[in-house]
Amino acid sequence: MYVAVKGGEKAIENAHNWLSEIRRGDVNVPNLEIDQIKEQLTLSVERVMSEGSLYDTDLAALAIKQSRGDLIEAIFLIRAYRTTLPRFGTSPPIKTEDMVCMRRISATYKDIPGKQKLGPTFDYTHRLLDFSLLAEGNIPKAEKRKVLKEKIPHVLRFLNKEGLIQKEKNNNYQPKDITRNPLEFPANRSERLQSLSRADEGFLLALAYSTQRGYARNHAFVGELRIGYVKVKYNIPELDIEIDIAEIIVTECESVNQFQGSKKTPAQFTRGYGLTFGQLERKAVSMALVDRALRWKEIGEEFVGAPAQDEEFVLSHCDNIQATGFLEHLKLPHYVDFQSELELVRRIRKEYEKNK
Amino acid sequence: MERKFWLSTLATCNEAHLTSLWEKFGIEVNFTWLRKPEIGSIMCQGKIGVTGNNFNFGEVTITRCQLKTSQGKIGHGYVQGRNKHKAEIVAICDALLQTNKRDFLIKNIIRPLVVSDKNLKKDVMSKSESTAVDFFTLVRGET
Repeated sequence: MYVAVKGGEKAIENAHNWLSEIRRGDVNVPNLEIDQIKEQLTLSVERVMSEGSLYDTDLAALAIKQSRGDLIEAIFLIRAYRTTLPRFGTSPPIKTEDMVCMRRISATYKDIPGKQKLGPTFDYTHRLLDFSLLAEGNIPKAEKRKVLKEKIPHVLRFLNKEGLIQKEKNNNYQPKDITRNPLEFPANRSERLQSLSRADEGFLLALAYSTQRGYARNHAFVGELRIGYVKVKYNIPELDIEIDIAEIIVTECESVNQFQGSKKTPAQFTRGYGLTFGQLERKAVSMALVDRALRWKEIGEEFVGAPAQDEEFVLSHCDNIQATGFLEHLKLPHYVDFQSELELVRRIRKEYEKNK
Repeated sequence: MERKFWLSTLATCNEAHLTSLWEKFGIEVNFTWLRKPEIGSIMCQGKIGVTGNNFNFGEVTITRCQLKTSQGKIGHGYVQGRNKHKAEIVAICDALLQTNKRDFLIKNIIRPLVVSDKNLKKDVMSKSESTAVDFFTLVRGET
């Protein structure tokens, strides 16, 4: 049991004042503007939006500044703010097939309609520190090339046509919102994906990595990874008109995994799906791998006891705000509970001495 | 031009651009609030594997308001983000777009916003196109 404490107001206030001062740093260095964070630390902003589960670049940038760059603290601020917002409604699903792609690659097919487009990627860089960024170096201009009007179809459609990959089930399931209804086990895949989409990137990365190393076998290929702008639609209730109410950047990953077959069905590839706010490739790919691992039952695989297969373990521990809330409360005063434990240990020892 | 189109354009346009276009024309409009600007969110859904069931993906901040002009037209301001000022301009535009100012507004506000968005997307697509790649697979060992 946790017993509350009183007092300490002055010390807390002073601590927070120092925090504010230290956040500002050396006053001879220009103050960091929200716009600078928004424009130059975009991937931090996008991570905070993704794990905060709220798409708003201004708020995410503000949270990063307020938290001194501690992204989990920033995500905490966004989550707390999110709970104060009235919900105006729900959008129909975004159409990633209509995405204006910055990046679109497939690791399974070389020649694809709509081409492989690398986009603004860290891939193929040499991971050497660029000391020219220390100085105000010249910024190379992005090249442009004439665009032919072309659709960029999803790559897995081609596998679908031949029946070589499992079709996604669509029975018009109405997903429950895990921010409104507590998650129940076993969870539906829709609720699992909502949970994974707002999950901690590091946790998903570690789990996905574990599947690659053999803890739940599902050898994965990135069938497709696409990043770009999509419209969010919303039906204005007063007018019954559906408009594009927002435009967001998302990353989508479709994985193609080890095939399986049985006496009844011929061998087929299986799928995993990842979707995140922003350009978060590592997270989207991780999410697809973890989604796939969690589908073992539905696909008819064996449960080998791997962490990535254990739905309750994954979904109960993937949320870094839940985790950090419980963990960090350990730093708060526990004097009374510790005192009672102390007394208990003393008593047991006394009895032990007596009976010796 | 359909209302759906102008409301979509206004909801997702750049605020600074809209404000500058709006202020340039300095149209004075008297109105009363039906619903003052308020900030909230919508839950954005995704589709599993592009064709599967829906799932709740995450929320997006939205600002909305409704007003009635002295001419009796009702304007709806629905915009992305937390932006009460923008929502107000959008609601006024929506109301005026239902009057004889419509052609004027389409020409001087909606069209420029559409063009600037198109250019932005063209810019993204043409930069993306410049990164289109042809990989060659190399044959190793026996063929």
